[in-house]
Amino acid sequence: MTALAVDIRREGLRRALQAGAPVYLLLAALLVAIAVADPGFFEPDRLLAFAKRSAPLVILAAGQYLVIVSGGYDLSVGSLVTVGVVVAAETFNEFPGAPWPAVVALLLAGGALVGLANGLIVAVLRVPSFIATLGMMLILEGAVFYWTQGSPHGSLPEDFRALGRGNAVGSLPWAVVICLAVGTATVLLMRAAFGRTLLATGDNERAAALAGVRVARIRLAVFTLSGLAAAIAAVLVGGFSGISAQAGRGDEFEAITAVVLGGAALGGGAGSVVAAMAGAFSLQALFTLLNLHGVSGALESTVQGLIVIAAVWLGAVNWSRVRRRPATTTPRGEA
Amino acid sequence: MTEVAVRTADRRQARVPGLTDPVVMVYLALAGVTALGFITVEARGGDFLTLTNVVGILHNSVVLGLVALGQTAAILTGSLDLSVAYLISICTLVAAETMNGQDSRVLPAMLVVLGMSATVGLINGIVITKLQVNAFIATLGVAFILRGYIEDNYTGPAGKVPVSFQHLGYDRIGPIPVSAFVLAGATVALWLVLRRTRLGYHMYAVGGDEQIARLSGVRTHRVKIAAHVLCSLSAGVAGLILASRLGAGAPWAGTEARYDLESIAAVVLGGTVLAGGRGGVAGTLGGVLILAVLDSVFNQLGVDPFFKNVVRGAVIIAAVALYARRGQRAGDNT
Repeated sequence: MTALAVDIRREGLRRALQAGAPVYLLLAALLVAIAVADPGFFEPDRLLAFAKRSAPLVILAAGQYLVIVSGGYDLSVGSLVTVGVVVAAETFNEFPGAPWPAVVALLLAGGALVGLANGLIVAVLRVPSFIATLGMMLILEGAVFYWTQGSPHGSLPEDFRALGRGNAVGSLPWAVVICLAVGTATVLLMRAAFGRTLLATGDNERAAALAGVRVARIRLAVFTLSGLAAAIAAVLVGGFSGISAQAGRGDEFEAITAVVLGGAALGGGAGSVVAAMAGAFSLQALFTLLNLHGVSGALESTVQGLIVIAAVWLGAVNWSRVRRRPATTTPRGEA
Repeated sequence: MTEVAVRTADRRQARVPGLTDPVVMVYLALAGVTALGFITVEARGGDFLTLTNVVGILHNSVVLGLVALGQTAAILTGSLDLSVAYLISICTLVAAETMNGQDSRVLPAMLVVLGMSATVGLINGIVITKLQVNAFIATLGVAFILRGYIEDNYTGPAGKVPVSFQHLGYDRIGPIPVSAFVLAGATVALWLVLRRTRLGYHMYAVGGDEQIARLSGVRTHRVKIAAHVLCSLSAGVAGLILASRLGAGAPWAGTEARYDLESIAAVVLGGTVLAGGRGGVAGTLGGVLILAVLDSVFNQLGVDPFFKNVVRGAVIIAAVALYARRGQRAGDNT
C-alpha cells in the first residue's frame, strides 16, 4: 500500500487510464448509442452544447473527487449550488447595477468559506464528513428557504448569465472554457505533491499522519476546494437555467455517482480525476440518450439506477484484475 | 502490557454506565433539550409538558423511529441504506391499493408490503455483498430504481385504506398511541436480535472489522444481507403506519420528510458510529426523541418551518462533535 504513491508517480498516465478504463468504455458506448439514435449529435455546435450542459456536473465531480479520494464525502454541494444561485439573484435585486465580476467573486468567496467551515467541522471537531456535510446541507437549504420563502426574487443580468450560456470565442461557450480550466487545475493539483498526500490520506489516514502529512490541513484544503467548485458550478447553473430554490437539488448525489462511476473508491485512496470527470460526462450522456429515446422523465431514474449499479459492479471486477490484488485483500473503506 | 491492563480497566469501568457512556449522553442530551424547550415555551406563556404535547411527541416520532431502528441495523454492520425513503412511498401506495378500502384485504396487503420490503432489502444486501458495490452507491441506485417506478406510475395519492386499518395510525390505548406500541415492540425485537442472538453479535463483529469477522468464521455476506432485510422491513412497517395515517398511498410519503437522510442523522445522533460496530437501539430511540422534542418546541414557539432545518443541522453537527470528543481515544471514523 505504501508503494502506491511511488507507483502513481512512475506510471501515472497508464495507471490513471487503467483505473478508469470502464468509465471510458461506458462513455464511448453511450456516445456511440447517441450517434446511432441521432447522427447530427456530433456536429461541433451540438457537441459543444452538450459539453456546456455537462460543465456544472463535471466541475462538481472534480471537487467531489478531491474530497472522496482523501476519504470523505461532501453532501453539501447541491445545497451550496442553490445558495449560490439565490445569493446571486438577491444581490442583483438589492444592487441592480452591481458589476458581475464582483458578484462572481462574492460567490466564490462564499463557497470557499462554506467549504472551509465543512473542513473545520471535520478536521477540528472530528465529526464524520457524511454527518458534517449532511448537517451543512440542512442548514443551507433551510436558510435559503427561510430567506426566500421558497420563491427567490430578482433576476440575473445578461452579462452574468453569459458565463453559463454565452460563448467566449466564436462558438466556444464560456462554460466549456471554465470546465477545462477547472479540469486542468485539478489534474495539475493531483500530479503535484498535494495530490499524492491526498491519496495517501485517503488510503490510510493514520499512516499518512505518521509519515508527516498534516491531515487536518489536507481536510481543510479539500473541503474548501469542493466548496469553491460548487460556487463555480452555481455561477454556471444560474446562467444556464436561471433562478430557482431547487437549482442544485440532488446534485451532490449525481456528483458522487459520477466520481464512483470513474472508478474512485468511496472511503478514499484510489481513483483518477480525469476518470471522475468522464463519469460526469457519462451521466450527462446517459440523460441525453434517454431523452433521445423518448424515455419518460419518470423512468429515467430507474434506468440511471440500474446503469450506475451495473457500471460500479463491472468496474469493481475489472479494477481488481488490473491491480492484481491478492485474494485476501478485499476492497475496504465502506460508509 | 500496560496498554492491555489499561484497556481491561477501561472495560471494567464501562460495565457501570458512566456519564461518558454514549447512551447516557444521548438521554442527558434529550433531558437537556426537553428542559430548554420547557423553559423557553413556559417563558413565553405556553404549556410544554402537557399530556397532549407529550403524546404528540410520541405520535410524531413513530415513523422516523421505525425507519431509524432499521437504519441502525444497517449502519451497525458498516453499511447504510439510502433507499428507505422511496421504499416507504411505494409501501404506502401498494398497501392502499391492495386494501382498496376493504376490511378483508388488510391482512393480505400487510403481508404483500412486508414481503415486498423484505425483497428490496434482500436486493440491497445482495448488490452490496455479492456484486461488491459500495453500500452508498448500491442503495442510492436502488432508490433511483424505485423512484422511477413511482414517478412513472403515480402522480398523486392512490388507493384507499379501510377505516378499520386507520385505527393503527390514530387510535390510543389510554393516552398512548397504538403506533407507539408498534415502535416499542420493534425496539424490543431489534434489541433482542442485537444483544441476545448470534446474528446480532455477528452484526457488531462485521461492523467492527469485516475482514477479522470473516477470518473468524462469520459469514459476513449473510449477516449484511440480514441487516438490510431488517432495515427494509422496518421501513415497510413505517410505510404501513403512514398509509394508515394518510388514509391512502402517497408518492411523496417517504421522500417529503427525507426519511433516508433523517434516519441516518437520527441514528448518528443516537451515538451509533457511522463506520459501524458500535451503538445500538436505545441510543437511536433517544436520537429520534431529541429530533421530535425539538420539532415540538419549534411548533409551540411558532418558528418558521424552514428555520427548523437550520437548527436541526446545527444540533446534529454539535451532538456528533460532542460524541467525537468523548470517543477520540477509541478510534477514528471517516
